[in-house]
Amino acid sequence: MKPAAFDYVRASSAEEALEVLAKEGADARILAGGQSFMAMLNMRLARPKLLVDIMRIGSLDRIEEIEGEIVVGAAVRQAKLLGWDKLKAKLPLVALALPWTGHVQTRSRGTICGSIAHADPSAEMPLSLVALSGSVHLRSLKKRRRVRAADYITGMMNTARADEEMIEAVSFPVVAEHGYGFREIARRHGDFAIVACAAIVSSKGIRLAVGGVADRPEVRDWPGLSGSALDDALNRFAYELDARQDVHATARYRRELVRRVGRAVIEEAVQCHS
Amino acid sequence: MPLLNSSQRHRVGFSLNGHSVEGDAEPRVLLTDFLRHEIGATGTHVGCEHGVCGACTVTVDGMLTRACLTLAVQIEGCDVRTVEGLATAPDRLSILQAAFRRNHALQCGFCTAGILMSLDAFLREVPTPAEDQIRDLLSGHLCRCTGYTPIVRAALEAAAELASRQPAVQSHHV
Ligand SMILES: Cc1cc2nc3c(=O)[nH]c(=O)nc-3n(C[C@H](O)[C@H](O)[C@H](O)COP(=O)(O)OP(=O)(O)OC[C@H]3O[C@@H](n4cnc5c(N)ncnc54)[C@H](O)[C@@H]3O)c2cc1C
Ligand code: FES
Ligand code: FES
Repeated sequence: MKPAAFDYVRASSAEEALEVLAKEGADARILAGGQSFMAMLNMRLARPKLLVDIMRIGSLDRIEEIEGEIVVGAAVRQAKLLGWDKLKAKLPLVALALPWTGHVQTRSRGTICGSIAHADPSAEMPLSLVALSGSVHLRSLKKRRRVRAADYITGMMNTARADEEMIEAVSFPVVAEHGYGFREIARRHGDFAIVACAAIVSSKGIRLAVGGVADRPEVRDWPGLSGSALDDALNRFAYELDARQDVHATARYRRELVRRVGRAVIEEAVQCHS
Repeated sequence: MPLLNSSQRHRVGFSLNGHSVEGDAEPRVLLTDFLRHEIGATGTHVGCEHGVCGACTVTVDGMLTRACLTLAVQIEGCDVRTVEGLATAPDRLSILQAAFRRNHALQCGFCTAGILMSLDAFLREVPTPAEDQIRDLLSGHLCRCTGYTPIVRAALEAAAELASRQPAVQSHHV
């Protein structure tokens, strides 16, 4: 349970980090809050040649509102966003979901962008970013590009990021006058979700995003369904997610959770909308 | 900043419980091992080494930190606090530690150092916590002995005692 040897660089600017990535490619890896990556290093699931620590880059430690979006920099820790005084007003869904991400003791170190970079299928922040149609700001030494969250996550812990790119920030659109609901089922609060559901209700209809079942967060949009039509839609979604069985839950249990927790969060969101 | 080479030991200077200390570490050395083997501060325990059990919890610049998910070279210039820094004198327990003792909030003591650090940091921020806040905080720790209830009781008792103290006495606890 000790990491294999690697070189270490503490970058003092984003440019410095990007220079290292440009030179070393896949041999170099970004170290952010370390709450996922250090465990992988300890278990030797990852053996990079070089770690680039980005946590002392002051310019990345910012939460800003820019053109209707909340832009969260790569060095912003989860605890900082959770403690941001405007979070509830600007991003109610994130305010509901973030307390489910790990524990006080891991949110104090882990970053928002690191969680999205990691792209665990049960993680709450990738789910929230996809549900809100947010985007990921990628940057290499040569160029910057923005990718929609849904296109960024390409599979279980697989993403559209190229080796020489880092996530500079992620942005969550601010959408007023919508209703939100979030719930998840895990063995223990703070554990990864067996099923996590986020609902957004607006005058246009219902959006349900589900994590923990497929290999990435999945979203469905329905125009104002209710009663048995909603049950049918939830049932179809539950089967389309192609749940698998693992040590935590059977596929059937997961489908049942999608139907029931899905319905519960939609009702929560409807109530919060009206 | 320069690259720290994997095969060499590098000097790491930091503050440990208010005292300047330094030691040498290769980049891959974890803060847990660095504290215990290089610095000789064995109060911080090591359980799972992947961030789950909480035994290794310390604070770095005031942030609750799993020492097993932190590299020694990352704490250069930081303010690190460990369980050794909680008591005001070698023969005196802090208010929180004394409450643990009274309430049988530890048996084998393996989890205790980490839990004390979490509670100490938390009670500074939330001086009058509700029971469910304490339980939520404790979800970041595993204790195989106590069943947690005595720990919750000790935490609430310590919070009440700390809150009833004069500010001057409270700051002495720091
Ligand atoms: C006990 C425990 C419980 C947890 N429970 C949950 C949970 O319930 N839900 C949940 O979502 N998470 C959970 N986590 C994980 C936690 O949220 C992590 O903080 C998060 O997954 C990764 O963020 P990080 O900043 O720690 O990134 P790191 O661990 O440092 O990095 C993770 C990965 O992302 C890459 N990376 C990080 N930042 C960037 C960047 N800016 N650009 C490019 N690549 C980057 C790294 O190279 C690495 O591959 C838990 C962790 C622990 C220890
Ligand atoms: S040893 Fe660090 S959390 Fe278990
Ligand atoms: S007292 Fe033994 S593990 Fe907690």
